Amino acid sequence: MGVEMSAGTLDRRVAVKSLLQNRGKTLVITGLGSSTYDTFAAGDHDANFYLWGAMGGAALMGLGLALAQPDRPVLVITGDGEQLMGLGGLVTIAVQKPKNLTIAVLDNGHFGETGMQMSHSGLGADLVAIAKSCGIVQTHDVRDEAGLATLRDAIQDLSTGPRFAAIRIANAEHERALAPRDGIHVRNRMRQHLGLPIM
Amino acid sequence: MGETVSAPAVDWPAAIFSELKAAGVSQISYVPDAGHARLIRMAHDDPAMKTIVLTTEEEGIAIAAGAWLGGDKSAVLLQSSGVGNCINMLSLANSCRFPLLMLVTMRGEWAEFNPWQVPMGQATPTVLEAMGLTVFRLEKPEETAEMIANAAALAFSGEQQVAVLIAQRMIGRKKWVSK
Repeated sequence: MGVEMSAGTLDRRVAVKSLLQNRGKTLVITGLGSSTYDTFAAGDHDANFYLWGAMGGAALMGLGLALAQPDRPVLVITGDGEQLMGLGGLVTIAVQKPKNLTIAVLDNGHFGETGMQMSHSGLGADLVAIAKSCGIVQTHDVRDEAGLATLRDAIQDLSTGPRFAAIRIANAEHERALAPRDGIHVRNRMRQHLGLPIM
Repeated sequence: MGETVSAPAVDWPAAIFSELKAAGVSQISYVPDAGHARLIRMAHDDPAMKTIVLTTEEEGIAIAAGAWLGGDKSAVLLQSSGVGNCINMLSLANSCRFPLLMLVTMRGEWAEFNPWQVPMGQATPTVLEAMGLTVFRLEKPEETAEMIANAAALAFSGEQQVAVLIAQRMIGRKKWVSK
């Protein structure tokens, strides 16, 4: 076992609920596992898209959505394990420079869904430094309520993204809050929310 | 005809670009391939096209899903060697019935010099069909416009996942020595 590096103290459910306060026109994509449960637990919303698979794809789905909807904030809420599977995507996002995209990684340094094995971030990889070195200029290392409030305001700023935040959460587990698993239903309701046609 | 396949009468990359525009595609993502080089250049030269260079092909599958969620249409350009990288991410398009249009330049077939390209080239249609895609094969430059138009219609109106495999014969023999 390595030395635990990123151990945070924030409660993940409290942190996600805080980020989504006064969300306005924000569109949300969640990474599979606990990030989906946390977001659903904070309150279901037509502008939420929950992933139940596609590991490594959440931030990139956020990129496609952010490019299609430049006048709305797009927030990706995912976990350290999910983001680690798609690290190359941070470079892809950095060079596109979508000003309305925020990637918020709930970082507990562990793979929570599969038995709390330590992840690379728990073993020393610094996701904020990685995002910076990929070329994402706006970064947040969130360790307390004040940091969450700053990030919450920044998400609404459509002129300074893309931004990347690591939210240092404790690795306590919560009861699963089961968001809808029917991808077509969730997809259609977001399109209807945006005034787009569905089949 | 001999080697004239390398200079076809039909400018098929231009035909692809024109049909993608006609279908309303506004995002093109790609992992570079020599066979797609002209199409990629056209995409970058068009200020209305959001052109996205990827680090690995499955990123394009996720981008296309997000694009469509927000009202954009997105096409993914890749080489057959990248199809294997996409397998699990294709479940996103399949599970949520996200329209997907992949344009795959084939390696490992016509006059292939590099044996390392052969296994994934041979497996490409099988792998895509195993993940539920409809696979078209483009062999003749003069059929390009019709095939791209109909593949795009199936993808974006029929909400299907579609791959068009562009035969290596259309791309021509790879030159290994620069002149």
